[in-house]
Amino acid sequence: MRFGLTAEQRQFGTVAAELLAKPDTDRWAALTDLGVPAVLVPEEHGGLGGDEIDLLPVLEEAGRAALPDPLVESLVATRLLTALGGSLATEWLPQIASGESLVLFADGPYLPHADRAALILTERNGTLCTATPGAPQPSTDPARRLYSTTAITPVTAPSPNTTEPGTSRPPADAAPMTATAPGAAESGAFRPSAGGASGAADVRSLLVEARDRGAALTAVYLVGVARRMIDMAVEYTRERTQFGRPVGSFQAVKHHLANALVAVEFARPPAYRAAYSLARGSRTASRDASMAKAMASEAALQTARAALQVHGAIGYTLEYDLHHWLRRAWTLSTAWGTPTHHHRQVASLLLDSEEPLERLP
Amino acid sequence: MDLAYTPAEEAFRREARAWLAANVPAEPLPSLDTPEGFAAHREWERRLYDARLSVVTWPEEYGGRGASLAEWLIFEEEYYLAGAPGRVGQNGIFLLAPSLLEFGTEEQRRRHLPPMASGEEVWAQGWSEPEAGSDLAAVRSRAVRTDGGWLLSGQKTWSSRAAYAHWLFGLFRTDPESARHHGLTYFLVPLDAPGVTVRGIRQLDGEPGFAEVFFDEVFVPDDQVLGGVGEGWRVAMSTTGSERGLTLRSPGRFMAAADRLVSLARRIGDLGEAERLEVARAWMNADAYRLFTFQTLTRVRDGATIGPESSINKVFWSEMDLHLHETALRLLGPRAELTGAAPDAVAGGRWLDGFLFALSGPIYGGTNEIQRNIIAERVLGMPREPRPAKESQ
Repeated sequence: MRFGLTAEQRQFGTVAAELLAKPDTDRWAALTDLGVPAVLVPEEHGGLGGDEIDLLPVLEEAGRAALPDPLVESLVATRLLTALGGSLATEWLPQIASGESLVLFADGPYLPHADRAALILTERNGTLCTATPGAPQPSTDPARRLYSTTAITPVTAPSPNTTEPGTSRPPADAAPMTATAPGAAESGAFRPSAGGASGAADVRSLLVEARDRGAALTAVYLVGVARRMIDMAVEYTRERTQFGRPVGSFQAVKHHLANALVAVEFARPPAYRAAYSLARGSRTASRDASMAKAMASEAALQTARAALQVHGAIGYTLEYDLHHWLRRAWTLSTAWGTPTHHHRQVASLLLDSEEPLERLP
Repeated sequence: MDLAYTPAEEAFRREARAWLAANVPAEPLPSLDTPEGFAAHREWERRLYDARLSVVTWPEEYGGRGASLAEWLIFEEEYYLAGAPGRVGQNGIFLLAPSLLEFGTEEQRRRHLPPMASGEEVWAQGWSEPEAGSDLAAVRSRAVRTDGGWLLSGQKTWSSRAAYAHWLFGLFRTDPESARHHGLTYFLVPLDAPGVTVRGIRQLDGEPGFAEVFFDEVFVPDDQVLGGVGEGWRVAMSTTGSERGLTLRSPGRFMAAADRLVSLARRIGDLGEAERLEVARAWMNADAYRLFTFQTLTRVRDGATIGPESSINKVFWSEMDLHLHETALRLLGPRAELTGAAPDAVAGGRWLDGFLFALSGPIYGGTNEIQRNIIAERVLGMPREPRPAKESQ
């Protein structure tokens, strides 16, 4: 039992952090050169064949840097295309791996970063669709670059070729805890199906999983956002003096940030575990994702409040950088499901069942 | 990252589960702060010890089985899921034993560890004083040199289990000229020594869980000094970080309580949205605590030591535990106030008992306000709070 990253995974995060910290660079291009979008692409499609765990430090560093680019949306789309297989995967995965095209999965009615995407996947009524962007819908977080959806087109699932009839899994709403890729339950690990998704039920469960993945990876990003706000607030309150002393020496100020740190430090392990569960196709992946998103969202919102409060009026201005992180915390806490939505999900999975509670491991 | 247990660990889990299933008393034991409950808990500890399960991580020569931290986690999970009794020896096992293992002489370890592990000798802590609660460095009880040892005088208070315990470990000032954390020495004191007076203090649950302990020129020989004269602060502090950050409060306890809360909520059924969300929150917090412990355990195994960040841990579990029990009482509604003596009490009044105990969490072991200062100053590096004038430079 080991709940920690390998040296290589940490190193990947360190390199990403250095790239993200460089001023006046195209940070997305730098991450692409580093191979970040290729991590989840299978090797046969020109990718690195890694998993979500390999990306944990990068996601957290992206949050720390308030990277505006649609990293999570891109990673979710990559996994979805891989699991779907077929011509969509063959066409798009190599382009994702090379950085040539941006393919996104959008959760909800507004399409983030739609102006940059070559392909936008989304879900409507349990069906996988492609989306066409319409008018800009400015967000309080300008970096989100939202667009309304003008048209959606259902994507026909590739015809089954290796899966026997009758072996497809039940619809996701009948068994939300088993929303994993085909074949995952047998092997205990996530394995992109060789033959692709075989039917409507499989696609529905893949869509549930896509949203869980978006929630889980956003949770990791939010941990980075929150941790950076704490660092900024600490730095500011050490320098800023009032009544002849640094304001950071006052207990009331300290306790705001201590409380924020407690929330963030306890939001990180659930966020990491959710990524692990999705990577391994764990039976509890959906519950783990909701737990991660609920806790990370609340930690980020609490931290945003604390950071703004201890900065005082300067934090309330656009002349000081804190607002980038504040806005990211606000918008991402509601993206991929609000904290209340995810609390409800967990409550439902815990309470609306007679089954014994499962904890993994 | 690999969250699976090894076959050997799973085998240990099966062994522990089977033993607990066969041995955990069917009826809950009386409170360990009553004479009959104290005796019953010591008997239980003896059975655990005979099965080599009372202190699994200790070396075998002192009564343990040399288990890994992962095995310790497994044991704790199984222990609390089985509904096994609270640990009457926990002050000694969790607070003193790590210091004895690190700083004790071989003779001291052999003398004290096995009877501690078997429940034969129960220890009380002697940190707090009337003038020194969370401000441990304000200790005023003193030890004066005498032939072959020391004479202890002064008063300790809020000493858990001391009304029944056999021994006390605590800090005494051996250098009368010293201030704050200098000049303190860590002593091991038998509570039946001449000059010791113990007065029980009834806690919120009505039992003498606390005691005041008065020392009137109590003689202790030199070999009851732990870790050297004047080294008391260092000895006391060395283990608070690593042990409180990991082994003081195992996730097993909170997981078991959270699972029971979910069972209670399912049994009651038809809860409002607010109650459902609080149950989910309580369960998630316990699960997050478990994951945080996995992370800490991995770091320790990779060679890291736990420092002031153990305060993050303490704030979280103490508030989680309180919230969990508050939620249970809310679900119970009018039955929440019934004590275990009430015929209609749910689960023998366990939720009320748990709530009363959880209330102490944010207070003991250094109040959460002090922990937050430690987090801010020593983890985040914020400027120190202004100290009294006499101490500024």
